[in-house]
Amino acid sequence: MLDDFLVRAGLAGLGLAVAAGPLGCFVVWRRMAYFGDATAHAAILGVSLSLAFSVSVFAGVLLVTTVMAFTVSGLAGRTFHMDTLLGVAAHGALAIGLVAFALTARNGLDLEGYLFGEILAVGKQDLAVIWAGALAVLALIGWRWQALLTATLDQDLAFASGLRPRREQLVLTVALALLVAVAIKVVGALLITAMLIIPAAAARPFSRTPEAMAIIAAFIGAASALGGLYASFVWDTPTGPTIVAAAFVAFLLSGVVTVARGRQLT
Amino acid sequence: MGLIEASGVSVDLGGRRILQSVDFSIERGEIVTVVGPNGSGKSTFIRSLIGAIGLSAGSVRRAPGLVVGYVPQRLSLDATMPLTVARFLNLPVLRNAREVKTMLEHVGVGGLGGRQMSALSGGQFQRVLLSRALLSKPDILMLDEPTQSLDQPGTAAFYRLIETVRQEVGCAVLMVSHDLHVVMSASDRVLCINGHVCCEGTPTVVSAAPEYRALFGSGTQGAFALYQHEHNHHHPESEGTAVDA
Repeated sequence: MLDDFLVRAGLAGLGLAVAAGPLGCFVVWRRMAYFGDATAHAAILGVSLSLAFSVSVFAGVLLVTTVMAFTVSGLAGRTFHMDTLLGVAAHGALAIGLVAFALTARNGLDLEGYLFGEILAVGKQDLAVIWAGALAVLALIGWRWQALLTATLDQDLAFASGLRPRREQLVLTVALALLVAVAIKVVGALLITAMLIIPAAAARPFSRTPEAMAIIAAFIGAASALGGLYASFVWDTPTGPTIVAAAFVAFLLSGVVTVARGRQLT
Repeated sequence: MGLIEASGVSVDLGGRRILQSVDFSIERGEIVTVVGPNGSGKSTFIRSLIGAIGLSAGSVRRAPGLVVGYVPQRLSLDATMPLTVARFLNLPVLRNAREVKTMLEHVGVGGLGGRQMSALSGGQFQRVLLSRALLSKPDILMLDEPTQSLDQPGTAAFYRLIETVRQEVGCAVLMVSHDLHVVMSASDRVLCINGHVCCEGTPTVVSAAPEYRALFGSGTQGAFALYQHEHNHHHPESEGTAVDA
């Protein structure tokens, strides 16, 4: 079964979706979208370094995204211009990554695959890495779930309960770096944040609790992955962007449903 | 030792000294009110006691295993996070569902467990925050200007509620407030803060202290007396005003 590239692609998309759903909820709740971008864009630099030093791309990306995530996480709260700083980090990392790629890449190597993903080229080994990473992200978030929610809700409330919000922030930082390293093969560095934010945002109107939102987001992400894969197969479009487009359609539908429900109420 | 002991606590925020050498301790069952003008460091003080703020100098010692029931001024609840009242009361520790239901009824917001936190009125919100703090069976209840968003009847009702639950639970209460005249006579001790401890003592001592008069003027003296008067007899009709605005 795994010999079929479409099956492998589908499983890769599902793996990303189940981890991105819950993690994406925290990205939305904590307004970490730019933080996600900064981490994801750093992945390109990670790819270049891996190529230059001939190490596995996954390891290189994981290393650089972790460093980036910790750097921007460390900056948080020290300045009032967080938005600007993260914007600088996100786009600076992308630009430097692109330049580094041009300097280090051997002939014929395709940058596009890293920017937009190459889910159709996912091999069995990639699949194992993706699912291991996704499950690790889920385990990490699940382990700290109650503490993460409390710290996200209110830092002082967390302190008073004997928690350390700073540590919970680090848990999310590590999870994000891990997810980026996993997702680069599936949707590419430019669209990872989209897979975090869009399913979560689409899930919000249908959710009454954080848990419901996380699960619904995972389902919307999974449906988008499979739907996007199918659509890209039918219309011969690039798969990564098509998956994100499918998530976007889900978000629009969710908005339409919300508006329609609002009209009924009034 | 006391439940919490702070000695020589100084706090700097953004390069500005907010608190200077504050000594403080609170005993089991004691009611202490912290008063002070806006920007005097009252909130910073209470946040330093729960460990939310790094100290520039001094130390804060909490009794081992101390359970703090904290009621913040407000919650920075992001609209993107769906959260029912019942779910909120289960953070970060999962509680028995019946216990949660009983507690909500006890603080006067029974039946709101399924309501979204964002859909609560100011008074309901404060009561939900209080019920969460009480569910942890705290040794000390810490309230940071809990009645800021309430109108006067709501405020009076909320303070009555706090006095009631304190008698039941027997916990200490540390309350930051600007409603001087309502709070003070219920307190064992009042701490007047303006960057440092201006004066400290029983409500009567503090309200007569020149440092206190200098900060708040003597106008509050009359209001203080008015409250004591109210305290001596019961107004059954005022119960009706406890309904949230």
